[in-house]
Amino acid sequence: MSHEVRQKPDTAGRPRWIPVTACDNIPLREGRAARVGDREIAIFNFGDRFLAVDNRCPHKGGPLCDGIVAGDCVVCPLHAWKVSLETGAIERPATASACVRTYPTRVEAGVVLVELPADPKARSATDTTGGGRAA
Amino acid sequence: MKQLVVVGNGMTGVACVEQVLKHAPRFEITIFGDETHVNYNRILLSSVLAGEKAADEITLSPLEWYQRNDIRLRLGVRIVDVDADLKTVRGDDGSVTSYDTLLLATGSSPFMPRIEGLDRENVFAFRTLDDTRKLLQRAGPGVKAVVIGGGLLGLEAARGLQVQGCNVTVVHLMPTLMERQLDPNAGNYLAGKMEDLGIRVLLGRTTTAVVGNGHAEGVALEDGTIVEADLVVVAAGIRPNVELAYKAGLNVNRGIVVNDHMETSDPDIFAVGECVEHRGVCYGLVAPLLEQGKVLAATITANKGPVYTGTIQAAKLKIMGVDVFSAGDWSEQNAEPVCYEDRALGVYKKLTVRDGKLAGVILVGDTSDSHRYMDWLRAQTDLSGQRRHLLFPPPGSDAGLDIAQMAESATICGCVGVTKGAIIHAIHQEGVNTLSQLKEATRASTGCGSCTALCQDILKAVAPEFEEETKRVICGCVPFSQDALREILRSQRLKSVQEVLEIYGNGQGCEVCKPALSYMLDMIWCGDHDEDRSARFINDRVHANIQKDGTFSVVPRIRGGVTTPDELRRIADVADKYHVPMVKITGSQRIDLLGIKKEDLPQVWADLGMPSGQAYTKGFRMVKTCVGTEFCRFGTQDSTAAGIELERRFEQLYTPHKVKMASVGCPRNCAEATVKDIGLVGQEGGWQVVVGGAAGKSVRKADLLITVETTDAALEAAELFFQYYREQANYLERTYDFVERFGIDKVRKETVYAPAPVKQGLLDRLRKSKTRARDAWHEGQAPVHPTQFIPIQAIEGVHA
Ligand code: SRM
Ligand SMILES: Cc1cc2nc3c(=O)[nH]c(=O)nc-3n(C[C@H](O)[C@H](O)[C@H](O)COP(=O)(O)OP(=O)(O)OC[C@H]3O[C@@H](n4cnc5c(N)ncnc54)[C@H](O)[C@@H]3O)c2cc1C
Ligand code: SF4
Ligand code: FES
Repeated sequence: MSHEVRQKPDTAGRPRWIPVTACDNIPLREGRAARVGDREIAIFNFGDRFLAVDNRCPHKGGPLCDGIVAGDCVVCPLHAWKVSLETGAIERPATASACVRTYPTRVEAGVVLVELPADPKARSATDTTGGGRAA
Repeated sequence: MKQLVVVGNGMTGVACVEQVLKHAPRFEITIFGDETHVNYNRILLSSVLAGEKAADEITLSPLEWYQRNDIRLRLGVRIVDVDADLKTVRGDDGSVTSYDTLLLATGSSPFMPRIEGLDRENVFAFRTLDDTRKLLQRAGPGVKAVVIGGGLLGLEAARGLQVQGCNVTVVHLMPTLMERQLDPNAGNYLAGKMEDLGIRVLLGRTTTAVVGNGHAEGVALEDGTIVEADLVVVAAGIRPNVELAYKAGLNVNRGIVVNDHMETSDPDIFAVGECVEHRGVCYGLVAPLLEQGKVLAATITANKGPVYTGTIQAAKLKIMGVDVFSAGDWSEQNAEPVCYEDRALGVYKKLTVRDGKLAGVILVGDTSDSHRYMDWLRAQTDLSGQRRHLLFPPPGSDAGLDIAQMAESATICGCVGVTKGAIIHAIHQEGVNTLSQLKEATRASTGCGSCTALCQDILKAVAPEFEEETKRVICGCVPFSQDALREILRSQRLKSVQEVLEIYGNGQGCEVCKPALSYMLDMIWCGDHDEDRSARFINDRVHANIQKDGTFSVVPRIRGGVTTPDELRRIADVADKYHVPMVKITGSQRIDLLGIKKEDLPQVWADLGMPSGQAYTKGFRMVKTCVGTEFCRFGTQDSTAAGIELERRFEQLYTPHKVKMASVGCPRNCAEATVKDIGLVGQEGGWQVVVGGAAGKSVRKADLLITVETTDAALEAAELFFQYYREQANYLERTYDFVERFGIDKVRKETVYAPAPVKQGLLDRLRKSKTRARDAWHEGQAPVHPTQFIPIQAIEGVHA
C-alpha cells in the first residue's frame, strides 16, 4: 500500500485514518464515490487492496468513480482521460500534466479506511499542482 | 425491317441477341421461350438449391431490358414446328410467326436413361428454375434423396439437397465420379471428399428402376439392392434439343451442325448454344457458348467475318470446400504427365504436356492456380523454359506475382469473358475501387463467382483506394480479432469477461475490450452469461445517460412515439417533483428528462411507471413512426401499429451499436425510415424492409433487404436482420458500416433468403435472448448491488 509520509509530526494534528464503509459496499473492480468530510473521494476495489483518489477528473471534473478500471488506472466516463489510481498521474492524453490527489487506504475488520492528510496547508499545496489544466 | 425470330430464351440465345443489338438495327426481334421466366443464370441454379441465392437474384435480363430494346417476348410458348419453305414457326398456342432469319437456341434437355418408374411422383430433373423450385419444396431435414448420376450436375444437386437437410446418396454408373473431367485417381479423391461431407457415394452401380406405390419410395439397383428414397433426381447427362432442326431439314448429328460462322445448312436458319455441334463437339458450358454468340451476331447482322474455332473446355465444381478443376485433354496418351499428390491433405494435381505445351490439367483440393494453367492452355505457351516449375511457381515468388505476371489479355472471368486488361481499364478509366463497382462496370465475377478472389487481387494491386480488410485486434489486452474472440467464447464456453481476460489476455482489460466482451457474452449465450457490471460503461451500470456534470438523463420508452395524457401527466409530475432542469422532446419522438442525480434514478423510474427507453446504451433504441393508415390520407399501411410491435419485439435487447428503426405508411417517408438502421416502408400491397441507413455522422440511404406482402413477413425480415447483425457485426460497428462491409447481397443471402433452418436458428436465438431480457429499470427496485445508485457516506464523521 502506498503511503507517503509528508506530514511533519510536530504540526497541529496527525494524519487521520477515517473508516469509510464496509468493503462489500464497493464491488470488485468498480469504484464508488464516498463523502468523507468535505471531500468526495472515489474508492476502487481491486480485491487485494483498495485505491482512493479525489472524485474529480482534472480534465473537466468528470466523476472518476464511474469510470471503467483498466489495470491500476481508471478511465474517466466523460472523455476517457486515463488516470493512474496508484500515483494520481494522467496516463492519457500524454500531453496532460495534471494530477489527482491519491489517498492511502487500508482495511480493518472488513471496513475500508482512508487516510486524510492532517495539515490543511499540505492539502492546498498539493491542489495547486493537482488542479492544473490540460495542455 | 426484317424479322428475327429466336427460339429459346436461355443464356446463349439472349446473349446473342445482346450482341445483335450492338450492331446497327436491322431486325424486329421476337423471342420464344417455353419456360415462364425471363432469362436467368442457369449456372446458379446450384446456388439456389443450396440456399445461397434466392430465385429472383439470378435474373440476367429483367423485363425492362426486353421492353427497352423493343423485343417481343413470348414466354410459356413452345415452338413445335418450323416450315423452312414458308419461313414460319408454329407455337403450341397455335400461333404462326414468319421469320426472315431464324435463330435456334434451344439448349438441351436432361437425358432420361432407360429406367423403369421415372414417371413416379417425386422424380425430378435438375435443369430449370421450376425444377429447382420443386426440389426445394420437396427437400428438407430427414428427407432421403437419391441422385442418379455422379457428374458435375449430379454432385452439385447432391450437395444442394444435403444443405437443405436431406440424407443424400449418389448412384453412379461408372467406377469413378466425373469420369469425363477427371482421371480415376482424381475421381477417387473427389469421392472421398463427398463422403466427408456426409454424402453417400455408390460407384459402378446401374439403376434399373424407381420403385414405389405411385410416388418414389426407393431406387432399385442391378445387384438387387434397394436404396430408400423419398425423392430422386436424375442427372445422367444432357441431350441437345434438335427436333426443330430435324423438322426444318437441317443437317443434324448429335447436335445441329454449324460451321465456323455458326451457319447451319439452311442460309436463313442459324443455331447457337448447347443445341449445336461445332467441329464434332457439343459444348455444355457457358463460356464457349457466349463466344459462339458473338460470332453468330456478326454473321447475321451482315458483319460476317469473325470465326469460331472451338474452345478449350474447362470445368469447375461449385461445391464449397470441394475444389475440383479440370480443363483440356488430360489423357496420358502421347503426353508427359506431371503430377503432385498429398493424400493427407487431399491434394492432387496433374498436368499433361504435349510438345512442350500444356495439353490438360486436373486440380483437386487446391485450384488456386487454375487461371495460370488456363492461360497456358489458351495461349499454347511454350513451357520448355519453366519445365521445372510447372506445379509450383519458382521459389521466392509471392502471392501477388501471379496476377502481376498474367498477360493483359488473360481471361479472369471465364463466364462473362473479362480480361485482366478490361479490369485494369475499368479501374483506371471508371474509378472502380470495390468489387461491387467492378461487377457493375464489367460484369466480371457475376457468373459462377469463382474468379472473385482474382478480381480482388487485381483491385488490391491496381486500384488506388482499395482498402483491404485487415484483421484488426480488438485491443492490446486481448490481442484477437472480434471474429476470433466470438469463436473462442463459443467453442471454449466462456461466460465471464474476467475469465476471458485471464485466459486469453493480460488479466486486466480496459474500457475498450471490457464492454465489447460483455456484449459478445450476452449475445452468444443469449443473456445466460455471468454479467459483470465492472466491465460495463457507467450508462449500463445505472441505466441512464451520464451528462457533462455527472448527472443523468432519463428517457422512458414511448413505443412508436405514441403516448397518452396520463403518461404525459406523470412525466410532468416527475419533472416538478425532482426539479428536472430540462424536459425535452428528442429527435427520436420521445421525451428526455435531463439533469437527474444518480441517487434519484430509482425513484424517478418508479414515479414514471414506464419502461426504460434504453437511450443510454448500445442496444435497441426506438421505432419512429408516422400516422400511417390510421389518420393520414396517403397511408397504405398501419405504420404506427407495425412500429409499436417492432418496439415490443426488440426492446431490452443489446446490439453491437445502437439500433434505430422507423416505420412509415408510404414512400413519402415522414419518419425517415430510409436513413435508419432498419426501416419499414409501406407501399400498396406490402412493405419494403430496408437496412443500413444512416443520418448521423454520415448519411447513407438504406439498402433494400426484401419486399414482402404482409406485416408479419416484414417484422420477421426485420428480426432476421436484427439477429444477424447482433451475431456478425463487430462491437461499435453501426449497421451502416456493417452492411457496407458485408455487402447487401451477402446479408440478404444469409438472412431473408437463407435456407429455412438457418432462418429458424436466427429467430430461435433472438427469442431466447428476448425471453431472458428484462426491463433494466427493474433494478431501481431490486438493485444488483446495495450501492448501485446510492453514494457512500463515511461511517465516521471527520472531526476537526
Ligand atoms: C437526446 C438526443 C438529442 C435530442 O435532444 O433530440 C441525443 C443525444 C445524444 N446523442 Fe444522439 N441524440 C438523439 C438523437 C439522435 C439522432 C436522431 C434519431 O435518433 O433519429 C441521431 C442520428 C441518427 C443516428 O443515430 O445515427 C443521433 C446521432 C448520434 C450520434 C452519431 C451516430 C452515428 O454513428 O452517426 C452519436 C454519437 C455516437 O453514437 O457515437 C450520438 C450520441 C448522443 C449522446 C448519447 C452523446 C453521449 O454519448 O452522451 C447524446 C446524449 C445526450 C444526453 O446527455 O442525454 N447521437 N442522435 C436524441 C435522443 C433520441 C432518443 O430519444 O433516444
Ligand atoms: C444446375 C446447372 C449448373 C450448371 N453449372 C454450370 C457451370 O458451373 N458452368 C457452366 O459453364 N455451365 C453450367 N451449366 C450449363 C449451362 O447452364 C448451360 O450450358 C447453358 O445454360 C446453355 O445455354 P443455352 O442458351 O444453350 O441453353 P438453355 O440455357 O437451356 O436455354 C434454352 C432455352 O430454350 C428453351 N427452349 C428449348 N426448346 C424450345 C422450344 N421449342 N420453344 C421454346 N423454347 C424452347 C428452353 O426451355 C430453355 O429455356 C449448368 C447447368 C445447370 C442446369
Ligand atoms: S409517410 Fe405517408 S402515410 Fe406516413 S404520414 Fe407521411 S404521407 Fe402519411
Ligand atoms: S472530464 Fe474526465 S475526461 Fe473529460
